[in-house]
Amino acid sequence: MSVMHGPSKWASLIREEHVHGSLYVDPAIFEAELEKIWYRTWVYVGHASEVPQPNDFVMKSIGPQAVIMTRDSAGRIHLLLNRCSHRGNQLCLTRKGNARSFTCPYHGWSFANDGQLRAVPYPSGYEGVDKGGLGLGRVPRIDSYKGFVFGSFAAQGPSLEQHLGAAREAIDRLVANSPEGEIEITAGFLKHRVKSNWKFLFENETDGYHPQFVHASIFSVADSRIGGLYGAKSTAVTRYLGDGHSENDLRPEFRRMGNRLAWFGTFAEKFPDYVSRMQGAYGADKADQIMIDGTPHIMVFPNLFIAEIQIFVLQAVAVDDTVQHVTALQFKGAPELNRRMRQQTMGSVGSAGFLLADDAEMYERTQRGVQSRDPEWLFLGRGKHRERVDEQGFLVGDVTDEVASRGFWKHYRSLMDAE
Amino acid sequence: MMNAIAEIDETLLREVTRFIFREARLQDDHAYDAWEALWADDGIYWVPANGEGGDPEREMSLIYDNRSRIALRIKQFQTGKRHTQMPRSRLRRIVSNVEILARDADSVRVTANAVVYESNARGETVWPSRNEYLLRRVDGELRMALKKVVLVNNEQPLYTLSFLI
Ligand code: FES
Ligand SMILES: [Fe+2]
Repeated sequence: MSVMHGPSKWASLIREEHVHGSLYVDPAIFEAELEKIWYRTWVYVGHASEVPQPNDFVMKSIGPQAVIMTRDSAGRIHLLLNRCSHRGNQLCLTRKGNARSFTCPYHGWSFANDGQLRAVPYPSGYEGVDKGGLGLGRVPRIDSYKGFVFGSFAAQGPSLEQHLGAAREAIDRLVANSPEGEIEITAGFLKHRVKSNWKFLFENETDGYHPQFVHASIFSVADSRIGGLYGAKSTAVTRYLGDGHSENDLRPEFRRMGNRLAWFGTFAEKFPDYVSRMQGAYGADKADQIMIDGTPHIMVFPNLFIAEIQIFVLQAVAVDDTVQHVTALQFKGAPELNRRMRQQTMGSVGSAGFLLADDAEMYERTQRGVQSRDPEWLFLGRGKHRERVDEQGFLVGDVTDEVASRGFWKHYRSLMDAE
Repeated sequence: MMNAIAEIDETLLREVTRFIFREARLQDDHAYDAWEALWADDGIYWVPANGEGGDPEREMSLIYDNRSRIALRIKQFQTGKRHTQMPRSRLRRIVSNVEILARDADSVRVTANAVVYESNARGETVWPSRNEYLLRRVDGELRMALKKVVLVNNEQPLYTLSFLI
């Protein structure tokens, strides 16, 4: 804050169109990111539909921290840390289940699924000890939007609503594709590990420049229409939504085509039940518009990537270790669509995916490549000269431009610079 | 009588084992076309995630290919632009513990253990698994109607698995 200070460390690493390679490989920078980003800002944890019943729980994470997402008997969701408050033993080793309480196998302390310490064996040894102060650690702030549950390790700070900002509208657009206005996460996750820094993944998610090259193999044999959406002639745009979030907005292309469900590579005529339920729910005109526009392609800072038919949850584990947890989106009230969602997701993503295995290859190669001594900087200037502000005041560029990366780094710097 | 049945079993086990060893070699050598020819027309290639695999029609699997998706997987390799296999992973696998679990007139259910050693630009990765086959006799030759690969470590985050497992 003081005028006496020179430019911050971060200002010397992050410029308008360049970022320094060390940002991806320096372990000290990763540690600083944990404190300034992962353990401070709102981070996506899980979806309410993963714990549908009272006393359901599922293991999740925030960066390297294991988090137990529970629903207590009254229906409230909690984010608890997987550490017994006695001597630190891991409490839960099951991926998911239903339990009113968690009993630590080490000395038998037992915790309610809202985190309260409930009972200790041989209690006479704890005479005068206040059990109220010995509950499980928890993520202090929890909030959700349309079933998407987020947690923040900062006891105070911007609300989730403020954090999501313009990303909320994209989530609205997503859930509108369900005739009941809800998505569900029910198909289990693939966990694809890459030896790469999380920011390479983050920046790739709305990089519209790479698909034609990285995914050339599958585009050429799968008669996929995705390739053209990311061509030099595409009318789609990349939009920086503020607060670190960005999207590839493909609606201009889908509207040009004007066919319902073209975004999903199919036809409305194939899904008459879905179409009639959508029209029943929204009215014919609005339903048709939703089915033409399709679902969004948006990267929600710092770890939720909504990719049309699936979500990826990025987990930063170490400076060069990232796990992508990925699963098919399931639209409530659209079983016939959901099967196709699962089939296409399995084909395209995860460790063996037609698309993601090649993205992952680039993540790992960039991680190795960026360690070369020269040039020290990455150049993110593509499309800077043609950036423009859209009707809503957002910065947009052609779909292949690096608007999203530049926005990400600006936001990143503001978080890293904060006290 | 008992001896005669035991002998038929031994003959079948030898044939099945030869088939599985050959399949392993074709995979290690990236002999994509020859490997694809081992499939029956309705073949299913299934690599579950998260344990033994529940219902693959409901839950995510690493691979759950029907016959046409198997063909697509092979075609993708052959474009010469499947980056994750350029250069190709160097592979050798050991397949062992081949056992016949059940058989009827024209098919046989087989289990085997496998360990694949992969070397690529990332480093070395070991992929241990239990494999299950449903082999069917088609025009006198064994063909894969199902190959299910249950990776021992499939509950953990997994690196890219882009060769034929
Ligand atoms: S560490 Fe959990 S009861 Fe002792
Ligand atoms: Fe990609």
